[in-house]
Amino acid sequence: MTTRLHTIVAMVENRPGVLNKIASKWRQRGFNIESLTVGPSETAGLSRMTFTVDGAAHDIEQVTKQLYKIIEVVKISDITAEAAVARELALIKVSASKENRSAIVEIVDIFRANIIDVGTDSMVVEVTGTEDKVDAIVAMLKPYGLKELVRTGRVAMVRGSAATVSAPTENGAYHRYRSAGEGKAKVGTLI
Amino acid sequence: MTKINGAEIILESLRREGVEVVFGYPGGANLPLYDALKKYPDIRHILVRHEQSAAHAADAYARVTGKAGVCWATSGPGATNLVTGIANAWMDSVPLVCITGAVVSWLLGRDGFQESDITGITIPITKHNVLVLNVEDIAPAIAEAFHIATTGRPGPVLIDIPRDLQQQVAEFEYPEKIELAGYQPTTQGHPQQIKKAAQLIAEAEKPLILAGHGVVIARAAEELREVAEKTDIPVITTLLGIGGFPGSHELNMGMPGMHGMYWNNMAIQDADLLIAIGMRFDDRVTGALKDFAPHAKVVHIDIDPAEISKNVKAAVPIVGDVKNVLQQLIPQLKPAKHTAWRRWIADVRAKHPSITIPETDKLIPQYVIKKIYELSGPDAWYATGVGQHQMWAAQYFWGDHPYSFVTSGGLGTMGFEVPAAIGVQVARPHDTVWSFCGDGGFQMTLQELALCTEYELPVKFAIINNNYLGMVRQWQDLYYGGNKESVRMFQPDFVKLAESMGITGVRVSDKALVASTIEAALQHPGAVVIDFQVEDIENCYPMMPPGASLSDTIDQPKVQEPEFAR
Ligand SMILES: Cc1ncc(C[n+]2csc(CCOP(=O)(O)OP(=O)(O)O)c2C)c(N)n1
Ligand SMILES: [Mg+2]
Repeated sequence: MTTRLHTIVAMVENRPGVLNKIASKWRQRGFNIESLTVGPSETAGLSRMTFTVDGAAHDIEQVTKQLYKIIEVVKISDITAEAAVARELALIKVSASKENRSAIVEIVDIFRANIIDVGTDSMVVEVTGTEDKVDAIVAMLKPYGLKELVRTGRVAMVRGSAATVSAPTENGAYHRYRSAGEGKAKVGTLI
Repeated sequence: MTKINGAEIILESLRREGVEVVFGYPGGANLPLYDALKKYPDIRHILVRHEQSAAHAADAYARVTGKAGVCWATSGPGATNLVTGIANAWMDSVPLVCITGAVVSWLLGRDGFQESDITGITIPITKHNVLVLNVEDIAPAIAEAFHIATTGRPGPVLIDIPRDLQQQVAEFEYPEKIELAGYQPTTQGHPQQIKKAAQLIAEAEKPLILAGHGVVIARAAEELREVAEKTDIPVITTLLGIGGFPGSHELNMGMPGMHGMYWNNMAIQDADLLIAIGMRFDDRVTGALKDFAPHAKVVHIDIDPAEISKNVKAAVPIVGDVKNVLQQLIPQLKPAKHTAWRRWIADVRAKHPSITIPETDKLIPQYVIKKIYELSGPDAWYATGVGQHQMWAAQYFWGDHPYSFVTSGGLGTMGFEVPAAIGVQVARPHDTVWSFCGDGGFQMTLQELALCTEYELPVKFAIINNNYLGMVRQWQDLYYGGNKESVRMFQPDFVKLAESMGITGVRVSDKALVASTIEAALQHPGAVVIDFQVEDIENCYPMMPPGASLSDTIDQPKVQEPEFAR
């Protein structure tokens, strides 16, 4: 069966344990999550997750359906086949000496990346783009010596005015419990 | 508004949900709950002897009543002891609400005494679970738990509540209505799909209905009967579908699959249409998927969209509650007769009768099971363990009393028989309840016998005692060269054991005494343990060898059995 990288976007309640429940479904079926990003969405109380997972369409569809069964997953959608924009951000700490610094700056300029920190023997490069673009700049910088590399993984959004995934909201917020989102254990008053 | 403590909030919430019985066990982390119990005399607490049984009994109670079963336990070992029972309910889509006490909230995650991360542990075996962290959240969490457990595709929900929250006070406010954006089960079938299904049914020449647990859960036996009668389509009931269609009905074909009726397995392979209703094409039903029903189109009715085309591709999927969908479907069905097709099946059946009991003076297990069915009247309830006796109990069940067969299907949990029968008897105190026990399974949960005395539960336990872990022994004989390893064990004296629990015990090894003993047990006002000492080496047939396809089903082992790799 042919596999490909799928991009799946989910709106989930911002509560403890949700990521664990989602990861558990992928794990049970033996999938390896290639990338995962989570952050606040346009709706207070809901986080937006973007996964990339490699697999056959049928298998991915099965897991997606299983994920939708998680109560805290409010909406989920596989946008692989849709017209979407996708980006990731990377920070690259590269060795840089007086001699080669300008060569590195040239590469950074070509990729329209930014240098966000300079040290005596290193620089930190920030780049945003598709995975291919990030791969390319990483490959270009590698000969200078990569000290550190961090990539966010893909975030994606469907083009046009339609929402990628939409969730019902009340005044732009989503709350299930009165104290939802507090999620922290309080120090008890009774022993 | 007066404030009450968290434990009282729990009990008040259960009262609002109409809970009458809780199966449970106390410990440090749920003591406030026990402390408050006296204030709620309308909630009956049944003290089990092991938390696994609390979950199984609540599970069986739920299957019989159609309401959520409720069980609770303390943190740590109490909670982990529930796990098998929760997994059982999960696999069979049984509505269960489990409440565990957790360590005090300031010790969470610090390996405090008797801490177990039970919400972490039960993620893959619950429909939903939650660790409650504020006393105000207890009532909404319980309301949600009942809503989630009992609607859509039912399943177990676990709520973990730290002990200090049970002692904090808050105003009791119970949500009137639960609305969850992330949970909106489709209950009505799509009209377009229903139309397509009716079309396929009208065109089919060799149609079959495969009825599963969904029919039982949705209480749709009446609708199923109407569909079958109107269209003259034979009905095959899966292990958990048993009881969803009257046993004596001329269209009832019995069970399919690994130990199903030979004629069913052949008919499935020949059918041109399968109407799957509330069933999930388990591998014990389908055998090798690549060879399954090669000529059939599939109409798949299920409330869970994730079941559609999971194992077998559906030509017409219909997502919805089985009862609703069948009601929508019935007016669109054209009356039909499938005389030739039914004759074809009857011919196979005549040549391969699948369940004929051999003429013998020996005491064989099938005979005992059949006699119990014959003598217990139409309204008895049955729970089983797992193994050979379970398969025979399923094969010989041709009763008309709907929903009366309670068995562990998906998980196949030995030890289910004892607490499950107790749960059924608690739900139906005035009816006859039989427990078909394996001698192995019985020994996994026999401590619960004491409950029959303590709570006056007149369960009739029939130990089908072949002195073997029979089903494993059968596989060893058939597929491991007869190497009977670790399948025979020292047996306690079951009669004395019953007596020590305050229950009447009888041993039967003579075929001639079977009927009179069953009659006597039925007359006896209390619980009875009957140790039926049946033939030890008796194999369960028909059998589809593991890994094989339905076409390879062996009706009776007249020929040399082929070896199949697992
Ligand atoms: C808890 C559990 N452990 C192991 C098994 C594997 N198993 C399936 S059937 C069986 C034998 C059951 O023996 P018994 O209860 O005596 O029933 P019999 O098959 O003899 O009727 C075993 C060990 C199981 N199903 N459940
Ligand atoms: Mg046995």
